[in-house]
Amino acid sequence: MKDTYQAIVKKHTPKEDTFHNAFITFITGGLMGVIGEFLIEIYQKYMNVPYKEATTCMLITLIFISCLFTSLGFFDKWVNFCKCGLIIPITGFAHATQSAALEYKKEGLITGIGANMLKLSGAVIIYGIIGSFIFSLLRALVGIV
Amino acid sequence: MTTKYNNVYINETATVVGPYEDKGPLNKYFDKAYNDLYFKEKTFEQAEIKMIKESINILKNKNKTEKIDLIIGGDLLNQITASNYAAKEINANFIGIYAACATSTLELILGANFIENNLVKNVTVFTSSHNNTAEKQYRYPVEYGGPKPKTTTFTVTGAASAILSKTKKGMKIESGTIGKVVDSNTKNVFHMGAVMAKAAAETIKSHLEETKRKVDYYDLILTGDLGKYGKKILKEYLKEKYNIILKNYNDAGTMILEKKEYAGASGPACAPLVTYSYVFNQMKKGKYKKVLLVATGALMSPTMVNQRLTIPAIAHAISLEKVI
Repeated sequence: MKDTYQAIVKKHTPKEDTFHNAFITFITGGLMGVIGEFLIEIYQKYMNVPYKEATTCMLITLIFISCLFTSLGFFDKWVNFCKCGLIIPITGFAHATQSAALEYKKEGLITGIGANMLKLSGAVIIYGIIGSFIFSLLRALVGIV
Repeated sequence: MTTKYNNVYINETATVVGPYEDKGPLNKYFDKAYNDLYFKEKTFEQAEIKMIKESINILKNKNKTEKIDLIIGGDLLNQITASNYAAKEINANFIGIYAACATSTLELILGANFIENNLVKNVTVFTSSHNNTAEKQYRYPVEYGGPKPKTTTFTVTGAASAILSKTKKGMKIESGTIGKVVDSNTKNVFHMGAVMAKAAAETIKSHLEETKRKVDYYDLILTGDLGKYGKKILKEYLKEKYNIILKNYNDAGTMILEKKEYAGASGPACAPLVTYSYVFNQMKKGKYKKVLLVATGALMSPTMVNQRLTIPAIAHAISLEKVI
């Protein structure tokens, strides 16, 4: 009987619009890249910041903007619309951290914000570090050979 | 397991809702609405406590209750926090229960047993849920949002309460069926309709069997919070497996909100908010004479979901009749 039920569930579960979602993500993610490039150019041209530092400045600007928008309460609607176009770039990481911090701000600085801020984004940090360690190791090994 | 009651009535009801429900199609039936999710409190949890207290106060005033003998309540939070904290400020003997979104009908069944057996004179029942406290506990932080599949349901914000006694007024509780925990072999936390529809089907079937009734005995069969896809699953499953064809059927989750991006509303307060406002009103007017309310609960624990186990579900049914 289990199979009958599963078959009925499958029949009445709507399909997600993968193509539509991918298209929106492609456009919005691309736009994020354009905005990033634009910011780097501005920092380089008008503030005389060297390329490497300009990249960092661009990241900080984007983090600041997305944290601000999250706190103002409308960034979640943008994320819902743009999906991975905003989640994959640094904006998604900032949004996840900031929203968790907001959620727990009334439960104390240590037990609330401190303990829960990285609830969603902690995994990104952990696997980011492990990933970069493995790839650096590989690069070092290839370099030796 | 079905129990028949001869002399139990829901005398009066009270509902307090949040901003989304107030914008929904049933808004004129609710007693009080807030346009702020904080309900003028500091946190969402405290807002939920306030909702419960307000609904009980409204109920007391409406029914002119002098003394509450027993109060039964529940909500969705860990340690049924909102219920316990609200009960702290109401001077009455208290039973806190948890049956996820099937809490409301279980309360009515428990309360009806106390009244029918003359153990107490009156019982007050309440149920609450708050969208943001539920999101925080079961899903993501509120401001995170996050893309959701089409089958996702939206937890209602509201508290509903009712008072039961032997006084012949309001709606009659004719019988109640306690359901079994059913595993529908579903792991998808964003498709609660699929998790709960099987439990609803089993409870409806055993209720009809044990009372020896046909499905058209009822003017309305109302499930709690299956949503628009769960509704279709329930209908087809009942037809395929038990040859029961649901006709006068609706789902409270699809009635209370106007949010097209979701499959419907959910939460323990969903079924009682619709029943204690709209159904209660329509029954008084005579539109409905016999209603079967089947509240469905997904007994979901984020811990067990992370351990890759399926989500069990339960449904309890209660048969309501117009007082003649």
